[in-house]
Amino acid sequence: MNLINKLILSAVTASLLSVTTAQAGDIVNVYSARKEALIKPLLDEFSATTGVKVNLITGKADALLKRLQVEGSATPADLFITSDVGRLHRAKEAGVLKPVALPLLEMAIPQALRDSENYWYGLTLRARPIIYAKDRVDVAQLSTYEALAEAQWQDRVCLRSSQNVYNQSLVAATMDAIGTEATQSWMEGMVNNLAKSPSGGDTDQLKAVAAGVCDVTIANTYYLARLINSSKPSDQAVASKLAVFWPNQQGPGAIGRGAHFNVSGAGFTKYGKNPEQAQALLEYLASVPAQAWYADINNEYPVVAGVEISQALKGFGDYKMDPIDLEILGQNNRQAVQLMDRAGWK
Amino acid sequence: MFRRHGLSVFAVVIAAFILLPVIVIASYALQADGALWQHLLDTVLNEYLVNSLLLLLGVGMGVLLLGVPTAWLTSMCSFPGRRWLSWALLLPLAMPAYIIAYTYTGLLDFAGPVQTWIRDLTGLGYGDYWFFEIRSLGGAIVMMSLVLYPYVYLMARAAFLEQSVSSIEVGCSLGYSRWRAMWSLALPMARPAIITGLSLALMETLADYGTVQYFGVSTFTTGIFRTFYGYGDTAAAAQLAASLLAFVMLLVLLERYSRRRARYHSAAESRARADLIPLMGSKAFVAVVLCTAPLMFGFIIPVTQLLLWAVFEAESLGWDFVSLAWNSFSLAFLAAIIVVALAIILSYAKRTKPIKPVRTVIAMAGFGYALPGTIIAIGVLIPLAWADHSLIALFENFGWDNPGLILSGSLVALLFAYTVRFLAVALGSVQSGLEKIKPSLDHAGRSMGHSPLAILRKIHVPLMRTSILTAVLIVFVDVLKELPATLILRPFNFNTMAVRAYELASDERLVDAAPASIMIVLVGLIPVLMLHASISRRRPH
Repeated sequence: MNLINKLILSAVTASLLSVTTAQAGDIVNVYSARKEALIKPLLDEFSATTGVKVNLITGKADALLKRLQVEGSATPADLFITSDVGRLHRAKEAGVLKPVALPLLEMAIPQALRDSENYWYGLTLRARPIIYAKDRVDVAQLSTYEALAEAQWQDRVCLRSSQNVYNQSLVAATMDAIGTEATQSWMEGMVNNLAKSPSGGDTDQLKAVAAGVCDVTIANTYYLARLINSSKPSDQAVASKLAVFWPNQQGPGAIGRGAHFNVSGAGFTKYGKNPEQAQALLEYLASVPAQAWYADINNEYPVVAGVEISQALKGFGDYKMDPIDLEILGQNNRQAVQLMDRAGWK
Repeated sequence: MFRRHGLSVFAVVIAAFILLPVIVIASYALQADGALWQHLLDTVLNEYLVNSLLLLLGVGMGVLLLGVPTAWLTSMCSFPGRRWLSWALLLPLAMPAYIIAYTYTGLLDFAGPVQTWIRDLTGLGYGDYWFFEIRSLGGAIVMMSLVLYPYVYLMARAAFLEQSVSSIEVGCSLGYSRWRAMWSLALPMARPAIITGLSLALMETLADYGTVQYFGVSTFTTGIFRTFYGYGDTAAAAQLAASLLAFVMLLVLLERYSRRRARYHSAAESRARADLIPLMGSKAFVAVVLCTAPLMFGFIIPVTQLLLWAVFEAESLGWDFVSLAWNSFSLAFLAAIIVVALAIILSYAKRTKPIKPVRTVIAMAGFGYALPGTIIAIGVLIPLAWADHSLIALFENFGWDNPGLILSGSLVALLFAYTVRFLAVALGSVQSGLEKIKPSLDHAGRSMGHSPLAILRKIHVPLMRTSILTAVLIVFVDVLKELPATLILRPFNFNTMAVRAYELASDERLVDAAPASIMIVLVGLIPVLMLHASISRRRPH
C-alpha cells in the first residue's frame, strides 16, 4: 500500500503543478490545430531568440474553437492557429477573434491569403492538384478538376472522405467558380467514377494510385513530397510511380481559374492577455527563416515572396493558382458539406 | 433524516454531479433547429443508422464468441498452457481500437506487405485476386471485437470463478453432465456479468470514432462529428448524441426488465473450487487453439508489427517519452482511483437503501460511457467554465487577483470527464461483485452493531477484492487509451502517449506513431499483470 500511497501523492502533486500555468508575463499562449511536430520547432526557435515562453495546446480546430467560445473572456489563449482557412473563418464568425492590423504582414502576404478585415493571416500555402499514375495515364487526358467526372474515368478515381476539410474547401471553391448545381453534378460524376469507397488519408490515396487500385486522385502536394523525401524504399517506390498535374491552368473563365490552394494561418483571440508577444510570434511565423522552415520541413509553399522552396516542390513545376478570395471557402463551407452529402460523397 | 438517509443523499448528489455534463448536452440539444436534421434525414442518416446497428450486432457476436468460451475454458477446464493463457487473454485490452486498426491496415491493405508480396509472387495486379478488404464494416467489426472481447472475458471469468461450486455440483448430482451444467446453470448464473461485459463493449463501440472514421465506415457517431466538425453545429451534434443516449437507455431498460425478478447471489456457504475438467488429446488441442487465437490476432501480431516499425523504421521518441509515459500513467492511475471510489460509494448506497431515487440516478450516471469523448468534453467544459467565471467574478469582488481558469483549464476538467465517461465500467464490475454477496451478511454485520461503513470495509471490500481490482484495471487502461476528451481538455504543454500517437497517425505518419503506441500497450500491461498476480495469490489454481 505504501507504494500506492506514494504514487497517488506524486500524481496529485503533478496535477496541481500543471494547474499553475501562468496567464501573463513574458509568455504567449497558443491554441493550435497544426500538429505539434509541425509547429513546435518554430515556437522553440522563437522562444530562444526572443526569450518569450510559448505555451501550446494542440487539437482539432473545431474542438479548440469550442474551447475558446466556452472560455470567453477568461481564455488564456492569445493566438489561434489552424491548418485550413475554413476554420479561421468560422472562428471569426464565432466572434472569438479580433482584428489586428499588422502593416508588416499586410505588405508581405498577398491580399487573397489574409482576411480583408485583418482577423486572420495565412501563413503557408497548400496546393491540392490532381495526382496520377505515370504509367497508366496519358497527361493529354487530364485537363480540369471538372473533367474527372467524365466517363473515361469510370472506376479510375480515388478520393478521400468528404469528412476531410481539404476536400470541403475544394468543393467550396468550386461552388464559387462554377455554381452550386454544376458542382453537385460534378461530384456525382466523380463519385460514380470511384474505384473504391473513400477511406484513409491523402497518403492512402497516393498509395492506392501507385498500387493500381485507381489511376488518379486529388491530394495535397506535401504528402507526395514527403514520400519522395522518405528514406524508406517502399515510400520512394510509391512516389516514383506518381506525378502532379496542375488542373485548370488554361481556358476561358472558370475553366482556366487555376489550381486549388488553401492556407494554414492564425488569428488573434479577442480576449488574449499578451497581445504584444502574440504579435511578435505571428510576425516571426511570417518571417523568411520560418517560411523557409515550413517549405523545407513540411513541403508547404510559403506565403511570402522570395523564399526558397524545397527540391521536391520545385520538381512539381510551375502552376497558376486560383486567385479566389480564401474567405469565400469559409463562407461556403457549410453548404459544401451539404452538397457532398447530396452527391453521395461519403 | 440526514442520519438515516445520509449515504443515499450523498450518493444522489455525487451522481447528479456526474450527470451534469450529460444534462448539459441534452439541454443543448433543445436549441437545435430542425433544418439540419431534415437535411441529414434526406441524405445520410439512414445509412449511418444501418451501419451502426450492423456494427453493434457484429461486435456483440464477436465479443461473446471470443470472450465467453475462453472464460469458461480457462476457469473450468485444465489443458496445457491454461495458467498463462488465463491472464494473457487480457492483453488485447491494452490495445486501443484505432491503433490496432492502423496496424492491420498497414499489414493487409492493398499497398501493405502481404498484398504486395502476393502480387510480386503471382504477377497479378490489383483486382485480379480476392483479398479481405480491411477498410470495411467487416474489418471494423473484426478489429473492435479483437480488442473489446476482454471486457466480456474478464467479467465472465470473474463470475465463473466466484460461482459457488455447490450449485454446479447439485446440478451434476441431479444427473446433469458437466457441459449440461454449464449451459443450464453456470452460464445463466453468470448472465449479469456477461451482460455487463457485453454492454461495456457495445457502448465503447457506439462511442468509437477513430476506427470507423479511418475505415471510411459511416456510423451514427461519424454523423455526430460531421455535424460538429463539418457543419460547425454544436447544438445539432448534441441532439444526435442525445438520441444515441436515448437508444442506450432503452437497451439498458430492456435488459433490466428481462431479469427483473432474478437474484444472483448464491445461498451456499461453500466457495470451494470444483476440480477442473481435464481435457485430453484433440479436446485439449481445440481448447488451446480457441484460447490462443484471440491472443494471437488481438495482441501478438499487431504488437510485433508495431515493434518492427518502432525499432527499424520510426523516428524515435527521444527523451520526451519519459514525460509522456509519466503523464499518461499518473493521469490514468489518479482517474482509476477516483472513479472506482465513487463507484463503490454509489453501489453501496444502492445496496443499503435501494430506494427509487438512488437506483434511478445510479442507473443514469453510467450513461456517459456511450457518448463520444468529444461530446462529453464539451459537456464538461461548459459547466466548469461557468464555475470558473463565477469564481473570477467573486475574486474581483474582493479585489483579489484573477485566478484564471482553475477548473476548466486544469486537470480537474480531464479527471471530471474521465469520471463521466468511465464510471459505467467501474459501476458494472463493482455492482456485479456486490450482487453476489448475500444480504444476510449485511444483516449479520448490522446486528453486531457495525456501521454501514464498517461493514463495507470489513466485509464487502475483502469479499469483492477481485471485482474492485478489475474495475481499477479497466478504468486505468481505458483512460490510458482515451483520446478525444484528453485532446480537448488538457492544459497547456501537457501531452500523453495517446495524444502523441494520434498526432503522428493523423498526420499520416503511421510508422512514426508506432513507438508511442507501443508505450501505451506496455504501460497498460502493468495493471494487467498486477491484477493477475493479485488474483492468483488468492486462488492457487
